Amino acid sequence: MSEITLQIDGREVKAEEGMTILEAAQSAGIFIPTLCHHEKLEPYGACRICTVEIEARGRTNLVAACLYPIEQNLVVRTRSERVDKTRKVLLELMLAHAPDAAELQDLAQEYGANKARFEKESSFCILCGLCVRYCAEVKKKNAIGFVDRGTRREVIFIPEIASKECEDCKECFPLCPTEALQATYLLTKALMSPSSPSASESE
Amino acid sequence: MPRINSPAELEELRKGILSKRDPNKPCITLCSGTACHASGSEEVAASIEEEIKKQGLSGKVDFRKTGCHGFCEKGPIIVIHPEKICYLQIEPKDIPEIISQTIKEEKVIERLLYTDPTTNEKVVHESEIPFYKNQERLVFGSNGEIDPTSIDDYLALGGYSALAKALSQMTPEQVLEEVKKSNLRGRGGGGFPAGRKWEECRNAPGDMKYVIVNADEGDPGAYMDRSLLEGNPHSVLEGLIIGAYAIGSHEGYIYVRQEYPLAVENVGTAIEQAKEHGFLGENIFGSGFDFTVKVHRGAGAFVSGESSALMTAIEGRVGEPRPKYIHTAIKGVRDRPSCLNNVETWATVPLIINKGADWFAQLGTQGSKGTKIFSLVGKVNNTGLVEVPMGITLRDIIYKIGGGIPGDKKFKAVQTGGPSGGCIPEEQLDMKVDFDELAKAGSMMGSGGMIVMDEDTCMVDVARYFLDFLSDESCGKCVPCREGIRQMLKILTNISKGEGKEGDIELLEELSQVTRDASLCALGRTAANPVLSTIHYFRDEYEAHIKEKRCPAYVCKALISYYIDPEKCQACMICLRQCPAGAISGGKNQIHVIDQEKCTKCGTCFEACPPRFGAVKKISGEPVPSPIPEEARMIARKSKENE
Repeated sequence: MSEITLQIDGREVKAEEGMTILEAAQSAGIFIPTLCHHEKLEPYGACRICTVEIEARGRTNLVAACLYPIEQNLVVRTRSERVDKTRKVLLELMLAHAPDAAELQDLAQEYGANKARFEKESSFCILCGLCVRYCAEVKKKNAIGFVDRGTRREVIFIPEIASKECEDCKECFPLCPTEALQATYLLTKALMSPSSPSASESE
Repeated sequence: MPRINSPAELEELRKGILSKRDPNKPCITLCSGTACHASGSEEVAASIEEEIKKQGLSGKVDFRKTGCHGFCEKGPIIVIHPEKICYLQIEPKDIPEIISQTIKEEKVIERLLYTDPTTNEKVVHESEIPFYKNQERLVFGSNGEIDPTSIDDYLALGGYSALAKALSQMTPEQVLEEVKKSNLRGRGGGGFPAGRKWEECRNAPGDMKYVIVNADEGDPGAYMDRSLLEGNPHSVLEGLIIGAYAIGSHEGYIYVRQEYPLAVENVGTAIEQAKEHGFLGENIFGSGFDFTVKVHRGAGAFVSGESSALMTAIEGRVGEPRPKYIHTAIKGVRDRPSCLNNVETWATVPLIINKGADWFAQLGTQGSKGTKIFSLVGKVNNTGLVEVPMGITLRDIIYKIGGGIPGDKKFKAVQTGGPSGGCIPEEQLDMKVDFDELAKAGSMMGSGGMIVMDEDTCMVDVARYFLDFLSDESCGKCVPCREGIRQMLKILTNISKGEGKEGDIELLEELSQVTRDASLCALGRTAANPVLSTIHYFRDEYEAHIKEKRCPAYVCKALISYYIDPEKCQACMICLRQCPAGAISGGKNQIHVIDQEKCTKCGTCFEACPPRFGAVKKISGEPVPSPIPEEARMIARKSKENE
């Protein structure tokens, strides 16, 4: 792997070919916020909060740092007026669903996002897919998945698999940035065995 | 069928087919495309076959069911060769006369001809009908000539000669250079130069490479790819094989949506025929080049037309887009180099190879060469598929070819490029249509959808419609697309319900910017175009909705009321009887009044009121005048004896 030199926030950074902007920045100790990223999982690019500004081939563009492969002499700005504004609106859009999520609130403070800007539509879930991907990629169980598409997209446990696999695992719970996951699981569990009240009490 | 092993054998075969065909023998061609099918062409076909037998003409007249002729407004269409007499809107009952008069007696039946609405003259030949006369049908023209299930028909017109030429006389590099030189740009949406994409794929490392036909057409109102694939599948296949040769690919996919059953069937038949003739398989034309192709049926998701989503779907996974920071030409299906082009793009390739890049490049504009097929729909007289040279004006398409707006209504806008496109207003009608000009106007070429809108169209409602479509069709993976569309749709719905607020337009613009900047794929990045272009050209309509609670086009139900003008009402009872909500009170000789509480704003009364009275009014942005008092509602009529 050959070494690539790029510039992040005015600093010269050396990184390995094949790395993403996010990886290069992390290796140089430069912080880029993420929500759907996890080092054990394939980059996904759904939350777009890691959006950064790049200059390449004479053009300025916004790209997702978790996905964009670095190239020689790439110029990256992790903060700029355009980046900050984009992140602010993205946060406001997500806060409409999960207004009390701590991780979102911290970021909201940083970017001046107003959690009440858009009408509340609490699903508690921002569809980052960490749980779905962790279960599929790391645990290889596929006990949880996405259903439907567009604005109706949601995450559900697949009862047949979840009833066998989830009780002793629950490794996805701490990954959830909004704590919606645990509630979803409890709901599924309750639906799977509605007669047993202990199902929900035991958590 | 013996394999064709060389260009010479192909030419021999073609001559053999032609020698068996008498060019002077009458041939009835019937459009059997999807639109004509819907207007009853199957029944017409049955009666043609029956009538030929009945009138003792079996073997003396040929009958061919062809693909879409394009003039769908007037289907089913019959063209009688060799004179090319064109009859429109044919019903089974017309057939006996056509056979006895036109075929036997060589007489033209006046009443079945096209009547030019401006001159009132009858037009005999297809090519003289203004709808066709102003087109340049290079790619689409053969559709009306051939039976899509007959490879002989395609071969008779010189089919597969471009493939023979490419494989026997040209190196892959030369084919690539020719396509690059032609400056053919992708007809599927983005307009990326096809030659550059091919070259990138050709140069990408890896032995396994794929070529793909994108036939996942999904724009509302667009059906040109469908009609090409249904009507002339071999042309698409031939282009694909030529592309594969240039790129160095030996495996191809045709991704066609399952909702296009006839396209799936006809392309499947075409593949089998091409295999039998040796145009697919090993050692094609004895050149040593091998190529096979599979049909992949898509499960009907708009987003699967996006190239990376389509490739994900081919892999057997949910059709969701993936980042394209590394182009799919380098890393596509199963991470292998994959060259995807749209149906029309592939179908254009044989023409370029046969006639040369210079011939192709002399058509069109500086940046957009060749012709483009548009599906011209909406409030226009001649709906259908039209193929025109790039650079033609919107006005020529809509007025010369499309025949203008029905019912003397005023043109308002034309929506191009499907849900990713925008609305172009009247002042831009003289714009030359090409990739760059449409983009400059805030719209896009897209795959060629063109929806004409008249003065009765509300632009806020149009934007709302497209965002509603996209809120269903977005895959929902990334936040800016999913949530941006959700919020924009909410705002637009509120505006159309009269609940718009000061600042909504600015908020829409801000959301548009983020959706455009931060979305993962082209669906999201262009999703705001219908919003931005309508705000740009029709801001006053948005403001009327928000500030005056008025819908200038009288479309948004929450903002309009129906009212009966007591001065004009003749108490004829027509509207009263037809009102499905029972909201109209009145009686004989008693002026009718609409109960606004009961009224569902269906508009039935407005349609029902005889134009000579014109008593029912649509109003918006103003209070409904209070009903006249009961005692004033009697109409005193002079009795007839006193007249």
